[in-house]
Amino acid sequence: MTQASGITRLATLRDEPPAAMPGGPADPILVVDHLTMRFGGLTAVGDVSFKVGRGDITALIGPNGAGKTTVFNCITGFYKPTEGMIRLRQQGGETYLLERLPGHDVNRLARVARTFQNIRLFPQMTVLENLLVAMHKPLMQASAFSLAGILGLPGYRRAQGEAIAKAAAWIERIGLTHRADEPAGDLPYGDQRRLEIARAMCTDPVLLCLDEPAAGLNPRESADLNTLLRLIRDEFGTSVLLIEHDMSVVMQISDRIVVLDYGIKIADGTPDEIRNDTRVIAAYLGVDDEEVADVEAEVGLTGAQA
Amino acid sequence: MAQGSTIGRVAPTVAARRTSALPEMVKDAALFALVTLGLAIPVVAYRTDLGQGTGLELTGRWGLVAGLCAAVFVLRLAQRLVLGEVSRRRDIRTLAEADSKAPARLARPGRIIGPLTLGIALTLPLLAAFGSGSLSEGRYWIDLGILILTYVMLGWGLNIVVGLAGLLDLGYVAFYAVGAYSYALLSTVFGLSFWICLPLAGLFAAAFGVLLGFPVLRLRGDYLAIVTLAFGEIIRLVLINWVDFSGGSAGLSSIPRASFFGIPFTAGEGGFASTFGLTFNPMHRVVFLYYLILVLALITNLVTLRMRRLPLGRAWEALREDEIACRSLGIDTTMTKLTAFALGAMFAGFAGSFFAVRQGFVSPESFNFLESAIILAIVVLGGMGSQLGVAVAAIAMVGAPELLRNLGFLKAVFGEGFDPNEYRLLLFGLAMVAMMVWRPRGLISERTPSVRLGARAR
Amino acid sequence: MEFFAQQFINGLTLGSIYGLIALGYTMVFGIIGMVNFAHGDVFMLSSFIALIFFLILTTWLGLTSVALVFLIVLILAMVLTALWGWAIERVAYRPLRGSFRLAPLISAIGVSIFLSNFVQVVQGARNKPVPPLVRDVIVLYQNEQYTVTLSYKQAIIMTTTALLLAGFWYLVQRTPFGRAQRACEQDRRMAALLGINVDRTISLTFVLGAALAAVAGTLYLLYYGVVSFSDGFVPGVKAFTAAVLGGIGSLPGAVLGGLIIGLIETFWSAYFSIEYKDVAAFLILIVVLIFKPSGILGRPEVEKV
Repeated sequence: MTQASGITRLATLRDEPPAAMPGGPADPILVVDHLTMRFGGLTAVGDVSFKVGRGDITALIGPNGAGKTTVFNCITGFYKPTEGMIRLRQQGGETYLLERLPGHDVNRLARVARTFQNIRLFPQMTVLENLLVAMHKPLMQASAFSLAGILGLPGYRRAQGEAIAKAAAWIERIGLTHRADEPAGDLPYGDQRRLEIARAMCTDPVLLCLDEPAAGLNPRESADLNTLLRLIRDEFGTSVLLIEHDMSVVMQISDRIVVLDYGIKIADGTPDEIRNDTRVIAAYLGVDDEEVADVEAEVGLTGAQA
Repeated sequence: MAQGSTIGRVAPTVAARRTSALPEMVKDAALFALVTLGLAIPVVAYRTDLGQGTGLELTGRWGLVAGLCAAVFVLRLAQRLVLGEVSRRRDIRTLAEADSKAPARLARPGRIIGPLTLGIALTLPLLAAFGSGSLSEGRYWIDLGILILTYVMLGWGLNIVVGLAGLLDLGYVAFYAVGAYSYALLSTVFGLSFWICLPLAGLFAAAFGVLLGFPVLRLRGDYLAIVTLAFGEIIRLVLINWVDFSGGSAGLSSIPRASFFGIPFTAGEGGFASTFGLTFNPMHRVVFLYYLILVLALITNLVTLRMRRLPLGRAWEALREDEIACRSLGIDTTMTKLTAFALGAMFAGFAGSFFAVRQGFVSPESFNFLESAIILAIVVLGGMGSQLGVAVAAIAMVGAPELLRNLGFLKAVFGEGFDPNEYRLLLFGLAMVAMMVWRPRGLISERTPSVRLGARAR
Repeated sequence: MEFFAQQFINGLTLGSIYGLIALGYTMVFGIIGMVNFAHGDVFMLSSFIALIFFLILTTWLGLTSVALVFLIVLILAMVLTALWGWAIERVAYRPLRGSFRLAPLISAIGVSIFLSNFVQVVQGARNKPVPPLVRDVIVLYQNEQYTVTLSYKQAIIMTTTALLLAGFWYLVQRTPFGRAQRACEQDRRMAALLGINVDRTISLTFVLGAALAAVAGTLYLLYYGVVSFSDGFVPGVKAFTAAVLGGIGSLPGAVLGGLIIGLIETFWSAYFSIEYKDVAAFLILIVVLIFKPSGILGRPEVEKV
């Protein structure tokens, strides 16, 4: 849509609401702007604004019920926000207003992929098939919406071969080559988590949204996950937005952290800044700001979260 | 997922079953019999019949009630004793080899039954002719073959919608009707030949599928089922009441018969027999129809098998497994469902025009909800998604009652008026429930992956 | 106007019957999220049960008191149909909890096919007429051309419906069972954790639904004086339409929906086309499900991701 070059694009981010977010990452891939989501009388997310930097791993944290998943569902097209704008700007300059796209176009056009808090694989389909489903768009085009595919034309065969090769590479990355032809539902929990991430990556996303990827993982699996996420950021250049409760994951790999509480953003900064933010600590400890110091002294914390 | 829950569930029941003693089982069976008694009063105990006058007369049938209760008692006891033991052993085995390589076990019979069934299907007219002396004598068998194959084709068509895409369509017969009436009307009004009408009928049915599907396919599963049911009924009611268009409940008759690609099956000059230098036999047409439906059914099968290996087919299966995940992967779920719906409808349309050309007569009576339910039952019993299972279920469900009807000894046992067809639907219903309770994935439930990494590597 | 008034009364009568059946749909849907497809056939079965007891009481036992016969038949039909409802849930639905999404619906279709053919086999395929129990009518309004009447039958039907609804409302709103039921509707697992016997609550829901269907079945027999094995399907679908129209899961909605469907059907037949009266009901079903699946009184469903 916008055809400007990289640098001028930055300079002319003119529809930026001035008061919304001073600072933040210089080249955001995603700008969430005054996002509000109400269910009936309940405001799950109230006027939240933040940015996700290009090539960054950004963590969205907050106590249970803070509205993190709701924000995710708005970004990935599952909910239509009551108010606000969610802008995604791809490398080439194409900009998408995610809240206006039909659900599946958030992935298909804007190339935002996601995983789910309670894993959503296709349990009866094999590991390989799970990944091939993710390559639906290129394969559909190659199969000319099944016409070329049903006749078995060479163009489609080639495309399918490539897709399988790509899937095989991902299967290897997550260490499941020996189980590639087994139903995904039969895999252990940790493997399912990684498979779901690999599946999301097979859609070639520019932004990957992970909803509690480390939930239920043991420390070794958590460490593997960290490696996988760094690989995704560094080798594929995919920006990552993740919801996570496991602070060892969050603090180690995040470039930026956004903190929500009761549907409102209470902090936004680097891991170090967040670690020392009294409001964040208060939210996590469930006390008022003023009492933080007392409580910390009581439990033996000294300003930093373990 | 399923694995986990089985293991969790099995452990306590294994223990429980071991402790259950005979007196407890008898008590349990007696309870079942008692409930049966309650259920049998009064609908079984007293039969109402129109008597001499205007009123109804009651006939007591307490003997039947007693028989039913006794049967339930014995069956329940047998189930506890025999099946309990069997399933206990199986459970223990499942526990032991929870994640071992079981698939091979079920794939093997499929490898034999499939080609065997196909072989019989291909040679049925010959077998019938030899088996019963002459082609004409074998007519019964060929007609039965046509009937079964029609249901096999409908089952395969619906399998695309229900088995692959996971959309419960209770109005499938509507598309069958669209196909049948398309041929009936196009051939009688416009004089088009069967071979032009056949693809048109498929297209019309597919168009109806799209027309209906577009607004309703975003509904949740059970609502979709009800809406398709309503749609099917509307089509039937319109066919009954729009007399000018469809001939009303009397239907349309004298629909042109099928020709051998333009050559009619008539006795005289230019007919099929004289063209090919054969002596005229009305059975030629029947055999031709048999092979016609066989080819149509096989095409349905072939397309389905191919589609499964294509991205669209994979998306259907993915949709069945998890619609939300599909959306997150950029799949347009409504369009994907629509293609499954339309393709399924198209095959029903083909089958419908075959039905019309075979019968030479169509009426709304043939397209009621029960027909949809029978096709659905075939798909469910066959194991949703399994092609072979659907074929086997169609043979068992359509063929078996037909065959039973002609078995003399059943009449000797159950009395002269006994007609197994009366009990067919009763058994259909029971079988559907039993399937859902015991084998929800169908008789042949093993899913073959559409693509393998291992095979390529080797 | 007189014609309209008469049709209005007829529509309300029919609507009462639909509303009673719809309650069974809506309760079951509310508690286990399942379309109990067999409910229409349970209704038909109850009509047969009522028919047979009616015959036993009148022809064999020679009872002549209409009120007494009606009451006994009603109670017996309710009890025995409730037993059917209980048995069906136990055999065909309970083992399926936790099975795949469409399993209960498919099983219910199986039960529906079974029930209608079971009745066909044990009672024969022909229509079963009964002599009218009550013939009297109350003339509400009369002029030269037209009389508006309320028959005793209609009065009985509306009164019974109203009384039962009141009792039923009390049951759900004010008793421990009702509380348990509402708790199960909201969150079955949590209810179980809090010590509610979920299985029993669901069983009772089916029993109640079947008992209400039996009331509808008895009233149906009283009203039309004839029943056949295939009479479950269409009223069943219409009652389901009523439940959806009123907002599935909502008890007042089911009754409201039933009355609306009854009125629409009656007026459609009276003013438009009697042949297409079923088409009207089916069309309403489709249109409501597409455009307002939450119905009039239902809560909109938020998709759980």
